[in-house]
Amino acid sequence: MDWQTIIDSLPSYAEPFWVTVQVTVGASALALVVAFGLGLMTSSKHLIVRTPARTVVEFIRGSSVVVQLFWFAYAMPQLLGIQFDYAILTGIIALALNYGAYSSEVVRGAIAAVPKGQLEAATALNFTSAQKMRLVILPQAWPEMIPSLCSFAIMLLKASALVSLVQIIDLTAWAETLGRRPGQDLLVHLGLILVIYFILAWLIWTGMRALERRAKRGLGQGHPTTRTKDTETVGGVLGGLEPDDHVVTEGGGDRA
Amino acid sequence: MSGWSNERAAEIFPMVLDGFWVVLQVTLVASVIAVVLGLLVAIVEQSAPPAVRRPVSWFMQFIRNTPLLVQVLFVWYAVSLYINPEWSAFAVGSAVLGLHYASYTSESFRAGIEAIPKGQWEAATALSLPAHRTWFAVILPQMMRRSTAAVANWLIAMFKEVPTLFAIGVIEMIAQVQTYTGLNYTGDVEGYTIAGLLFLAASYPVAVAMRRLEIRLAKSNY
Repeated sequence: MDWQTIIDSLPSYAEPFWVTVQVTVGASALALVVAFGLGLMTSSKHLIVRTPARTVVEFIRGSSVVVQLFWFAYAMPQLLGIQFDYAILTGIIALALNYGAYSSEVVRGAIAAVPKGQLEAATALNFTSAQKMRLVILPQAWPEMIPSLCSFAIMLLKASALVSLVQIIDLTAWAETLGRRPGQDLLVHLGLILVIYFILAWLIWTGMRALERRAKRGLGQGHPTTRTKDTETVGGVLGGLEPDDHVVTEGGGDRA
Repeated sequence: MSGWSNERAAEIFPMVLDGFWVVLQVTLVASVIAVVLGLLVAIVEQSAPPAVRRPVSWFMQFIRNTPLLVQVLFVWYAVSLYINPEWSAFAVGSAVLGLHYASYTSESFRAGIEAIPKGQWEAATALSLPAHRTWFAVILPQMMRRSTAAVANWLIAMFKEVPTLFAIGVIEMIAQVQTYTGLNYTGDVEGYTIAGLLFLAASYPVAVAMRRLEIRLAKSNY
């Protein structure tokens, strides 16, 4: 191992880093769309809307994200004759569908958790269903979703490493390729990207917390300085129905 | 381009099933590690002095927030370079998978411990129960009821992540499909579809049972 060789090779991480960011951000954005689409559908009171959405959600959640990724990369092009010009689109779509299906349960749970009186008041004011959703339900449900969505965003970041298995050159794939070259050390490179992933996860978490504080302030739900404890302990809107405890928890200084 | 062929599906099915069997074995081994280690970490985080508690907590956070795949590769190469290249991918993969999910289960166990009313701890102190009696006779039995469903959900999630170990050469379902496609230049459609459906068939009934259990535990108000 030669430290100079390793340091000289660091700039080559720029492009794979960008690929990881693109996959994570792209899949998160698309997953959010999928989550709201499926979440609103599974919240519907009409069976004809609810059933297909439920089936899709259970189907995707019941299977494995790794297998789904391979399916989209290798089976779909043969089955449907679709081949994306950009390989990373395959990764983005597979991850977005999987995490979108999981997150749709968060959306559904948060919508169900809005107090009934709010809906009744909106009905009394003669709001249309779209108005009820847009002006009354979603603004209140949204802050409750943020902690769980944050957990899923971090899981998605972690899952983005899987795209290296389907020939996409992301951080993981590049660390493995580079680490095997002469004068390089594979473990140093893998250790390095572990730290990079950790920092990215921390950034997501910090960003989401700021977003949550803003969303709650927008609702007039307490001042951020007095509510910090509360935002920390929101255990996910599903009330323990899903393993969605906070992925990142603080050092635990508040424990006895 | 080729569509679905029943003939190929019949040919590839036994291979994928073999891979699935390996997945189940890994799940079993990793589950034991995830539960035992997760419980241990939860107890340490609750009762050890800060000098021990903090590093353990930081380490688990690091594990929880970095990709399983990279961890698996890291440990796999570290083991084969510095410890013993003879160790099997199955053993190393199961261990890392178990450790990764211990970082999640420990959080569920911790939540279960924290939800126990303070009075239980105080009563144990008042009765001068030794530490091991406090844990085994008072705290853990109550925690189990609260944590079981959440931990089981993590184990189901873990089961679905086993194919990640394909990266270090565990002969699970994806490896089996690739063996077949490597020889026959076809079979991706059938192979990956069957693999996905097997996961669905195995995990869906368990997930439904767990949801029932959660609702029952929630109703028992305990």
